[in-house]
Amino acid sequence: MIQGCLAIYYRELMIMKRRLPKMIATMSVSPLLYLIAFGYAMGHNVKVDGHTYLEFLLPGLVAMSSMTQAFSIASEINIARFYWHIFEEFQSAPISNISYVCGEILAGMTRAFMSIIIILILGYFFGVSLSCNILFWLAIILNSFIFASLAVGMAMLVKSHADQAMFSSFVITPMAFLGGTLFPVDRLPLWAQKILFLLPLTHASKAIRTASFGNTPDYSSYIILFLTGVLFIIISFMCVNRARD
Amino acid sequence: MIILENLNKHYKSVHALKDVNLHVNSGEIFACLGPNGAGKTTLIRIVTGLTRLSSGKAFLNGFNVEKSPLAAKKECGLVPQAINLDQELTVFENLDIHCRLYKMPAKKRRIKIDDLLDYMDILDRKKTLIKHLSGGMKRRVMIARALTHSPQILFLDEPTVGLDANIRRRIWAIIKRIQEDGTTIFLTTHYIEEAEFLAQRVAFLNEGEIVALDTPENFMAKMGVWAIDRLEESNMETTYFKTRQEAKSFIVEQEKSFTLRRVHLEDVFLALTGKKVK
Ligand SMILES: Nc1ncnc2c1ncn2[C@@H]1O[C@H](COP(=O)(O)OP(=O)(O)OP(=O)(O)O)[C@@H](O)[C@H]1O
Ligand SMILES: [Mg+2]
Repeated sequence: MIQGCLAIYYRELMIMKRRLPKMIATMSVSPLLYLIAFGYAMGHNVKVDGHTYLEFLLPGLVAMSSMTQAFSIASEINIARFYWHIFEEFQSAPISNISYVCGEILAGMTRAFMSIIIILILGYFFGVSLSCNILFWLAIILNSFIFASLAVGMAMLVKSHADQAMFSSFVITPMAFLGGTLFPVDRLPLWAQKILFLLPLTHASKAIRTASFGNTPDYSSYIILFLTGVLFIIISFMCVNRARD
Repeated sequence: MIILENLNKHYKSVHALKDVNLHVNSGEIFACLGPNGAGKTTLIRIVTGLTRLSSGKAFLNGFNVEKSPLAAKKECGLVPQAINLDQELTVFENLDIHCRLYKMPAKKRRIKIDDLLDYMDILDRKKTLIKHLSGGMKRRVMIARALTHSPQILFLDEPTVGLDANIRRRIWAIIKRIQEDGTTIFLTTHYIEEAEFLAQRVAFLNEGEIVALDTPENFMAKMGVWAIDRLEESNMETTYFKTRQEAKSFIVEQEKSFTLRRVHLEDVFLALTGKKVK
């Protein structure tokens, strides 16, 4: 099982290696825009929970990127499946579905980590440094694991690349904005808070932010993230078989 | 050895395979012929684990493809109809990833890949990106890739489609050589001469059913050995004869122009499937 998983992961790494300069450039653009537009322009006047907005924003961007970048493997898998038919190469190889799923999830998590390193470097240039402790990284690991698992499952279920794009714009993008990344959720009415705390990203951004300010986040957030991840990996594992017609 | 027992495949509205029974012996080249949409690709996809079967059984070297898929997959190599190489990676990287999927140790990987690229005459392209190769080279990389894990059974789905006559002949020679190494080969093709040249046995598939199965020689002998083509009101009419003598006496009665030739497998194909195409 491990060897099959590593083979899948190795392929993704080779492709990432070939695209590295382009990927780094792409991954830098949107956090840079957020930092300039919201963080820098608003300056130090706006205070959120005792921190400057820039300090508040940076961990939010970390949470957002760990989700969007981990989820971005869905479209890679789709292109490989519908356009290049490379998925058939994996289907005809003697590897188990779980190896395939794990290999792709690792690839998604790797992307997420790359983007976070980029954000932390950008943040440093904007004069914000976070406390990158174990709880900070653990929340990132769980969050990227959740969305990479979701990505694999979605990529197996959709029937075309257009379906995939639709899911992204109706689920992932709204979540990226609303999941406690750009503004504090507790400023919203209670009913809205309740809805937003159904989203895993809200828990992830809360945990990542709290940890990055050097405080201890709620352990319940970690449990919720972990259980969601387990649920999604089971679903995506079951979806691989459905991809056979 | 490939065994299919009452194999059926239903897509939503299409009954793509109807009670297919087949027995391909170890070490033979078996060709499956049939018009577009006959079900050739579906058949290969089922035995290689890409598509689920609806009912019936399929075995590769004794392994049931549904019950022990991993063991069955280890027995076979697949060259699919569409090119499915990683365009952004090099020839070597594509083959290397394939070897890793089949859990080959590092040293063996390198030796085997060099061997096969040499065998396919593309060793000098080892470090080239796939997107910079020609169609014929990509086909050869696909065949090399399918052979890296030394499969007992090789499935080739239209291995020479879209290639020029030279490269096609080269691939035929390669296929013959693979057979000499003891590999069982199952291929589908539209080129009748390909089946005639390569295969020990041929099955005609039409609308999901095997309508005939025999050696090329028997097929041709049953049709007759000689054929005469005549143009009748813009339709090609062909008459078949068992002996040259019969053909000659037929020629004497002819007024229009005609050609006398030996019977090809193509005649069998037209007789079996052509008439049914509306
Ligand atoms: N994924 C699918 N969903 C629905 N129908 C399908 C699917 N794949 C194939 N079919 C149908 O099954 C039948 C057999 O198709 P198949 O691709 O096996 O034919 P083929 O003999 O390989 O044809 P060709 O010579 O054109 O490659 C066709 O009618 C086709 O439309
Ligand atoms: Mg086909």
